[in-house]
Amino acid sequence: MTMPGHNLPILDARKPHVHTKGDQPINIACEKHSVAGSVSQRACVFCGSRVVLYPIADAVHLVHGPIGCAAYTWDIRGSLSSGPELHRLSFSTDLREKDVIYGGEKKLEQALDELIAQYSPKAAFVYSTCIVGLIGDDVEAVCRKLTEAKGIPVIPVHSEGFKGTKKDGYHAACAAMFSLVGTGDTAGIKPHSINILGEFNLAGEAWMIRRYYERMGVQVVSTITGDGRIDDIRRSHGATLNVVQCSGSMMPLAKMMQEQYGIPFIRVSYFGVEDVANALYDVASHFKDQAITHNAQQIVRAELEGLLPALTRFRNDLTGKRAAIYTGGAFKAFSLVRALRKLGMQTVVAGSQTGGREDYEQLRNLCDDGAIIVDDTNPVELARFVQERQVDLLIGGVKERPIAYKLGIAFCDHNHERKIALAGFEGMLNFAKEVHGSVTSPVWRFAPYRHATEASNQRGIA
Amino acid sequence: MSAPKPTPVFSATTNACKACTPLGACLAFRGVEGCVPFLHGSQGCSTYIRRYMIGHYREPIDIASSNFSESSAIFGGGENFCTGIENVIAQYDPSVIGVATTCLAETIGDDMNLMMHEYRAAHPDTSVPIVHVSTPSYTGTHAEGFHAAVRALADQLAEGGPREPRCVNLMPGMVSPADIRHLRELCEVFDIQPTILPDYSDTLDGGSWREYHRIPEGGTSLAAIRAMGRAAGSIEFTSVCDESATAAPLLSERFDVTAHRLDLPIGIDATDQFCQTLSQISGRATPKRLAAERARLIDAYIDGHKYLSGTTAALYGEEDLVVGLTRFCCEIGITPVLCASGGNSGNFETSIRHISELTGNTQVIANADFAEIEAAITDNKPDLMIGYTRGYAVSRRLDIPLVRVGFPVSDRIGAARLLHVGYRGTQQLFDRIVNTLIEAKQDASPVGYMTM
Ligand code: SF4
Ligand code: SF4
Repeated sequence: MTMPGHNLPILDARKPHVHTKGDQPINIACEKHSVAGSVSQRACVFCGSRVVLYPIADAVHLVHGPIGCAAYTWDIRGSLSSGPELHRLSFSTDLREKDVIYGGEKKLEQALDELIAQYSPKAAFVYSTCIVGLIGDDVEAVCRKLTEAKGIPVIPVHSEGFKGTKKDGYHAACAAMFSLVGTGDTAGIKPHSINILGEFNLAGEAWMIRRYYERMGVQVVSTITGDGRIDDIRRSHGATLNVVQCSGSMMPLAKMMQEQYGIPFIRVSYFGVEDVANALYDVASHFKDQAITHNAQQIVRAELEGLLPALTRFRNDLTGKRAAIYTGGAFKAFSLVRALRKLGMQTVVAGSQTGGREDYEQLRNLCDDGAIIVDDTNPVELARFVQERQVDLLIGGVKERPIAYKLGIAFCDHNHERKIALAGFEGMLNFAKEVHGSVTSPVWRFAPYRHATEASNQRGIA
Repeated sequence: MSAPKPTPVFSATTNACKACTPLGACLAFRGVEGCVPFLHGSQGCSTYIRRYMIGHYREPIDIASSNFSESSAIFGGGENFCTGIENVIAQYDPSVIGVATTCLAETIGDDMNLMMHEYRAAHPDTSVPIVHVSTPSYTGTHAEGFHAAVRALADQLAEGGPREPRCVNLMPGMVSPADIRHLRELCEVFDIQPTILPDYSDTLDGGSWREYHRIPEGGTSLAAIRAMGRAAGSIEFTSVCDESATAAPLLSERFDVTAHRLDLPIGIDATDQFCQTLSQISGRATPKRLAAERARLIDAYIDGHKYLSGTTAALYGEEDLVVGLTRFCCEIGITPVLCASGGNSGNFETSIRHISELTGNTQVIANADFAEIEAAITDNKPDLMIGYTRGYAVSRRLDIPLVRVGFPVSDRIGAARLLHVGYRGTQQLFDRIVNTLIEAKQDASPVGYMTM
């Protein structure tokens, strides 16, 4: 009998993107255009821009193109706002045949004119989708014209889907935001002040993180992408440190701000006990301020006191279970490997859509021997890996969910659509509950795949 | 917290009440046995469409993409197409590939026939049929894409030959997997062998697996599609599509297979018409079992009629579905105050106005978005909204209960199992509607009655 999953082929062109941790050093192919015909889980440049800018809640986000690109990104992120919620409306120029033939500039201009009049936003972002470049619309010119006429920034986002990958979309979004930075008043910003970058306020996570820093005595100038506001971004150059979460998406902005305004940045993650503690300590040690350091220690101590005993119960049930992780950016995968370990679980498959060489090297170092490391995988491969490594849990997004569920494997949604806060100390407890709730559900005993693997394991075939 | 109320503007679509054309094509291809849908264009479209469909069906939905890069957008996507097809065959071993074009490929004007020809010339030993449908999104909605793909399948695969008197082609449109299963049953009680195209009753609503399937089992077989030219008749459910847009007229013209075009069989009248058609084709009278279901439904109508009398509803979704629902609402005593669709076939309003029981107070909006829908019912709130999940924001803001039908229903489980057609499906829909109204009344009552 063959190993489970071996009937699921890996395309030749995809093989360099897969690495199994063993004696060989890692030399993984990555940061490439997806192989044609392989069902990549990635979206497009536009997707990258859209997800990053989406949480800016007091701007109009107008998708210039045919309807699909806007329809599929309407209210897709669980990013919360404490005030205006313009970001939850989906605006599209909804190009029709005549626009494609004669150009869509007029329609774009009119749409902006009407939308700005209607909603009085603080700014407008105009996303170019694939066909906009081809029909020759001068989006820049329209935006310039409207900026002048309306007195608010109308910012083009160069996010034509085919012009690269999701990562290029992050760049385009960062470039759009950077055009705002430096245009606001920095009065009242203290020396110990930060911007939080790459935290999208899913289920209110940015609020939680913000509170930690404020309790430490650090001023938060802007959360940029989570509960974001145009005016905050405009004055964000007044902060003295950028704290960047999420590997891919906000690094370009941090780098631009460093270059132009000399603001240093540190990279952090808010997932998992160690990582979130480090995210506080690293900020404290940057400011070299005793009170801040002391406060950070206090916070961590107080939070852990409640959290660690609560985790024990989950850990007891989860110890020895195996997990597969597939994330958008690789940085999150690092945190998840550590967080799972905290729950007694082992990561045997780990991959991401957009990781780079160094990311995968770090991921490999974090995982145990035999772990599969994979870049830009597809459903067939992923199904093969989870069967081959007999995982008990898959962590991913909604597109990965059916792979787990068809096989009777537990699943945890760690994507941008989730409704449960998984960041911070509270988030760790939620994460444990989520994982535990799925892994220990009584329904799995009915799943035929489980029976099949159990039976073959008993016959000594793993 | 709830999203802000949008105001309709002239030049932009706000909160679209439609999805894009290739989505419909992918759904149709998903109902063909061994078929992998393939979008010729850039990556994002296929990923977004997959994501959107998975939200409704909760099943694996693999859609390949030729994954354009900048150079393909400039020099054409021929190379990506070839590599893409090769890879799909290598990885999925499909029995057919359904190619639909995205806006990008359509705009640059890729010649699909030429590309398929070139592919075949380079791979003389692969025999996997490739069906192609042109689906620029700027000319229609997901509903048009769906019908176009069904028509393309018939066009490119169906063959003629000696009549098979018990075989009937059934093209039900975008109904649920449960609907498809029930339609099959209905045909079978008339001793008819239906070829339902597409049939995603298993592929998008399958059981738990023993091992992973690259392509879920089920779907209309290639052989069955080929045989469509020999059927005794075709039935398709559409009220709005032009004859040039669907499969039955094509099969009639090319193979002389009689076309029957009916409204979606929701409600007694529409189901009666469907059953009469089955009876006419098969030469059999309506069987007792069905008569009993019909009688039960009438009984239910009577049990429920008081709860419905004087009530109003706003209906929205695909044009054909809304026409079917309108007819049904009229039949049971709900006044549709708004019939809206993001579709723009040009026949929507006529089809709605055609419904004889409809009074003049119904507003009909084609090419609608949710901003317009909300504006139309804000001052004159109906008792009920009937439509798909994306109307939830409106229903929440206006505090109008929502009965979920159509695509997508992504905020509940079991969308694939919702039944709407036939006497039985009507029964389930009727119960859901009445109970929603009762529940709203009960919850709003300060007394807390335990009998309603
Ligand atoms: S470009 Fe066209 S096919 Fe692609 S998502 Fe947008 S509307 Fe749909
Ligand atoms: S058309 Fe382009 S921008 Fe829109 S979803 Fe498709 S790939 Fe992305």
